[in-house]
Amino acid sequence: MIKRGKPKKVLILGSGALQIGQAGEFDYSGSQAIKALKEDGITSILINPNIATIQTSENFADKVYFMPIKAEFVEKIIEKEEPDSILLQFGGQTALNVGVELYEKGILKKHNVKVLGTPVEAIEATEDRLIFGNKVTEIGLKVALSKTANNVDEAIAAAEEIGFPVMVRIAYALGGLGSGIVNNKDELIEKARRAFTFTNQILIEESLYGWKEIEYEIVRDRFNNCITICSMENIDPMGIHTGDSIVIAPVQTLSASENFKLRSIGIKLIRHLGVIGECNIQYALDPKSDDYRIIEVNARLSRSSALASKATGYPLAFIATKLALGYALNEVENIITQETSACFEPALDYVALKFPRWDLQKFRQVSTQLGSEMKSVGEVMSLGRSFEEVLQKAIRMLDIGMKGFVGNNLVFNDLDNELSKPTDKRIYAIAQALKEGYSIDKIHELTKITRWFLYKMKNIVLTENKLKGIKLNKISVDLMREAKMNGFSDVQLGHLAGATEFEVRNYRKSIGVVPVVKQIDTLAAEYPAQTNYLYLTYHGKENDIQFGQSNQIIVLGSGAYRIGSSVEFDWCCVNAVMSLNKLEYKTIMINCNPETVSTDYDICDKLYFEQLTFERVLDIYDKENPEGVIISMGGQIPNNLAVKLYNAGVKILGTSPEQIDNAENRHKFSQILDRLEVDQPEWKELTSLDEAKKFAKKVSYPVLIRPSYVLSGAAMSIVISDDELEEYLKKASEISREHPVVISKFITDAREIEADAVAEDGNLYCYAISEHVENAGVHSGDATIVLPPQRTYLETMRRVKIITKQIAKELKITGPFNIQFIAKDNEVKVIECNLRASRSFPFVSKVLKINFIEIATKLMMGEKIPKLDKSSFDVDYVGVKAPQFSFTRLKGSDPILGVEMASTGEVACLGDDFNEAFLKSFLSTGYRIPKKAVMLSTGTAKDKADFLNETKKLYDMGLKLYATNGTSKFLKEHGIESEVLNWPLEKVEPNIITYLNEGKIDLVINIPKNEEKYELDNDYLIRRKAVDMNVNLITNIQVAKRFVKSLSKIQDLSAKSWDEYN
Amino acid sequence: MNNKPQKAKLILEDGTEFVGTAFGYPINTNGEVVFNTGMVGYPETMTDPSYRGQILVMTFPLIGNYGVPNYERENGLLKYFESEKIHCRALIISNYSDEYSHWNGKRSLDDWMKEQKIPGIYGIDTRMLTRKLRESGTMLGKIVIDEKEKIDFEDVNKLDLVGEVCVKEPIEYTRNKKKIILVDCGTKNNIIQAFLRRNITVIRVPYDYDFSKEKANGILISNGPGDPKMCKATIENTRKVMKFGTPTLGVCLGSQIMALAAGADTYKLKYGHRGHNQPCNETGSKRCYITSQNHGYAVNSETMPEDWREWFINDNDGTNEGIIHIAKPFFATQFHPEASPGPDDTEFIFDMFLRALK
Repeated sequence: MIKRGKPKKVLILGSGALQIGQAGEFDYSGSQAIKALKEDGITSILINPNIATIQTSENFADKVYFMPIKAEFVEKIIEKEEPDSILLQFGGQTALNVGVELYEKGILKKHNVKVLGTPVEAIEATEDRLIFGNKVTEIGLKVALSKTANNVDEAIAAAEEIGFPVMVRIAYALGGLGSGIVNNKDELIEKARRAFTFTNQILIEESLYGWKEIEYEIVRDRFNNCITICSMENIDPMGIHTGDSIVIAPVQTLSASENFKLRSIGIKLIRHLGVIGECNIQYALDPKSDDYRIIEVNARLSRSSALASKATGYPLAFIATKLALGYALNEVENIITQETSACFEPALDYVALKFPRWDLQKFRQVSTQLGSEMKSVGEVMSLGRSFEEVLQKAIRMLDIGMKGFVGNNLVFNDLDNELSKPTDKRIYAIAQALKEGYSIDKIHELTKITRWFLYKMKNIVLTENKLKGIKLNKISVDLMREAKMNGFSDVQLGHLAGATEFEVRNYRKSIGVVPVVKQIDTLAAEYPAQTNYLYLTYHGKENDIQFGQSNQIIVLGSGAYRIGSSVEFDWCCVNAVMSLNKLEYKTIMINCNPETVSTDYDICDKLYFEQLTFERVLDIYDKENPEGVIISMGGQIPNNLAVKLYNAGVKILGTSPEQIDNAENRHKFSQILDRLEVDQPEWKELTSLDEAKKFAKKVSYPVLIRPSYVLSGAAMSIVISDDELEEYLKKASEISREHPVVISKFITDAREIEADAVAEDGNLYCYAISEHVENAGVHSGDATIVLPPQRTYLETMRRVKIITKQIAKELKITGPFNIQFIAKDNEVKVIECNLRASRSFPFVSKVLKINFIEIATKLMMGEKIPKLDKSSFDVDYVGVKAPQFSFTRLKGSDPILGVEMASTGEVACLGDDFNEAFLKSFLSTGYRIPKKAVMLSTGTAKDKADFLNETKKLYDMGLKLYATNGTSKFLKEHGIESEVLNWPLEKVEPNIITYLNEGKIDLVINIPKNEEKYELDNDYLIRRKAVDMNVNLITNIQVAKRFVKSLSKIQDLSAKSWDEYN
Repeated sequence: MNNKPQKAKLILEDGTEFVGTAFGYPINTNGEVVFNTGMVGYPETMTDPSYRGQILVMTFPLIGNYGVPNYERENGLLKYFESEKIHCRALIISNYSDEYSHWNGKRSLDDWMKEQKIPGIYGIDTRMLTRKLRESGTMLGKIVIDEKEKIDFEDVNKLDLVGEVCVKEPIEYTRNKKKIILVDCGTKNNIIQAFLRRNITVIRVPYDYDFSKEKANGILISNGPGDPKMCKATIENTRKVMKFGTPTLGVCLGSQIMALAAGADTYKLKYGHRGHNQPCNETGSKRCYITSQNHGYAVNSETMPEDWREWFINDNDGTNEGIIHIAKPFFATQFHPEASPGPDDTEFIFDMFLRALK
């Protein structure tokens, strides 16, 4: 019990937009924190511009601010709300950094705001390498040695002190450029000499290459009770960022003494640092002895803690909040078992495997090699009772077309290189190596992966060998069972036996090979637990739970976060589940993403942490026999399963899956539009280059091409000439009858409009029409979206609404759907239609304060709800949704927008007018108001003219203008002075690159034009440099104009909470 | 490993059968079936003498991963094991790794069990088995690998298990002048090592040895297998030394023996505590420790004499986890301060004992 000093009003900082390294896990941790506060009757104020999160939904925090997480805005909100305390641990690095800043500037002290949980001094000790190193060594523990060197001699001295081999790291280098291990003095001298040609300082570090990487999650209360919740072992050893590593929990290849030694060390250090709440500690462990190094401590909830929480079932974020409030660990109930205490260390009787999801093919010029910088955009977690089982399940969960560890159509030519220089595909290279007869020792030498994991992988290959050449009906029960226990899917087995997935399913069921359901109960069945957290395994005979409950509905989740599908679909799923709960249905959630709120212990009645595949959904459907399945909330994965499940006899709720095919099949949909007399951009499916050229000539360039299925990284593209068309089609591999490409007319200078809507039996029930700031050509996921539209003609709006109604009727829609339009001069054309919730559903729901998902769910369940008042769609304020890019993290990638989506997240803010909402949103994605100078290279003559007014405004704001030669000339002609900087490749001073390096520029506006390569390369270098130097970059003319307009109009951004907009 | 997988059965006294594949030494056996929830530490656990007579079920499914360590000795004791040999009668697991990897792995678990003539079964739904034991309580069981050879159930708690596992003659591990008598009821090596590390001379005596006449600064009554009431001589001798006021520490079975000597009662738990994650609250404080445990019996705290207090209480089920005398240097824990395997959070109890030594 807390007898005194319990907070009354707590401010929580969120983490903002999802980006690489900081993703959905903070929606999970923030949501749990809010629940924990609520349970204690404490008022919560949340600042988070990530509108698609669950934590920013109604019924969570008492007040929500969709505002930038920056010290100045936080201070405004503190002044207004007068909270007595603040929580910094639940919003990732963003919240932590802002918290430290507020503390150091004395703002917290000034307003009497107490930091709950880990004190700021302790946070600082974990963030500063030097202080941290001292803290570790002063209690006799070991940290990796690291020394700085400013010249070659210092480097030699440092290396000799540390002892060869050493890791040479170049401070502030691009993508670890020039970093590497040197084994002796000569190698070091050579490397250091080269390094000092482009840097002033290098780091000499003890080489831990090939050491095991181990993590523990530790919690501590203010009474000094300190326990470890979960141990995790990275399968990829030291050298690959843990966010990019395959990770298993609990540790698998450590002896008990090693395991408990690391545990003790961790506890000792955490007590010494004074953490209160939750933290994560990383170690390197020598594979040849029990020697270790402490790598780092994260004194906050992290990606690893979200994983640990889902892997063990222990609600880490919830408990951490209670501890921060002042509770003792043994005063908090174990919410999972509801029988035992929270002060215990979970015992697992299964293993959990995390696999990262990369989307590197979405970026131009990015390296696929993995290293010390995280590149993955999401992750999955699989549960099972053998390594083979969890590995194959996890690979399928990624939804990247891989069937499992084996059975994929991938061939590596330089296998040794693939193994020793890890990329996002290394696991498949290991499979190939095993098949080609590489010894375990050799693979170990090349990968440094602990042999035990490789032995287990080999088991999968051995089972595959046993299955080869055996007809389906000749597979014995024992072999079928072995295959299933080693994680083979029906698809993989069908592939080997020459049978369909469904035939394999029927056969194995006929011989009695079906999975069993097991519970995650945190204590290995030692006590009975009322847990609803479930997984399926073939390593078992008995189901843990009884089936046969009535009134159950399955909701399919959205799987791994990836570019194009992330927290917004989790919001939809969670809202669907909560709406079903209100209607008194029993809900079953299926999802496999540990970063989500939908997989939290208290969201649904039953959670299956499982694969979103036809096979597994059907396995669960067979056992649970629900009333129906909702497939329209989780984005594309469940949507793609709809028809297959429907054909297998599954009851799909909402719009009929037959209609999904009508909307997704280009030919069928086109015919429907023709019938409705709705316009669409001209398109054709083509199988030869000549045809393509002919079509392009007919409709005139530019045209948009998309391959029917993505191969070798070829993606959608806009082409402007025959030459480009030819080049593109060559890259897109063989164009043929089996693999046609779709070419459509690309309409320039057009506006894109989206309609998010819900219908009931074909009648439009509610809708939201929003417009893009960027002209057509920018992927809708990367576009800046405004609601309600500010520049769209009334006539266009009317037309959009009518078409939306017509399509709803034609496709007999019941539930959520989204239509994308293109509009030019009051002509409206339909680009595409999705019969599911879209990415912008949370945005429109929260701006209009109408929960579209709740309505959709009710309508799908046949509930009758009263019509909404028309005025509900008309609001007096504006919402702007802006994309968040992670280009900084993806070294080398070209930070430019195109028809392929590249953003990893989004924010949305509200404002009294368009400019205010726009500026808040942009500041929320990391833009800063320029104070010094702007670098202009504003594209074509047309663009330059278009931007002239805004250039004047920048000039009038007193900003120094730098420009490229052409732009500068143009400006001079129009009476604006600017200083000319030379192109990067000219290598002449004054050069743009130098000025960026020296921090003389704080905004780059670079509007690319499609011209010769030299200029394109120059443009790329400017953009890349800007991103690497963390200088704001704008590459789209409409965004640039709006940004400048907003800057010139807005003096002060108001701190208004969500409920103040009405 | 055998080339040909051989079927093996675990039969419980209620008739339930679990079928899996044999590994280790192919022999029929019997014992009391218990489960352990620790996720690591099979070499230490299997050599813990407290498992004498028991068929051990591991709830963690992946076993054998890091093999079995070398037979290096320290102070004459095996460094990586808790005694000279495997004490459980059989091992039941879900998923066995014959191919292991660890710098200190010298043989596979299968080879080690063959060498020690201990049978095992893998491929068992150990969660189902654990749930069964949890619901019905600990049961007798038997392992049948050779169907032709008959084997019966055996109630091992009626055997002199402690007599089987303890040292036969006193052994002295010489260090400093300060010495303790370790009453070996089946001690784990790490209890001895913990005191040698602290430079204390340890005289290890058999459980029925009359240590009441020995000169020592303190007495430690060790852990061990089975029902404490079987250790009549130890209880009697403990009662004597407590009369002299000699500092006495009990660990696990030792705690139960001290309770019995003090006049309290003990009882059999439904399925015991075996694992590395048992939370124990220290009474009168907000401190809670994570402890390593392995016991089937417990002290009935309601029967404690007036001058004794409950020291620790299990935060999960409220059972007694330690007792302490209000005035004299007598204290005991149900859990294992020496850990191995398990968390070392409570090793401070050995230091407390040192400070109490006369």
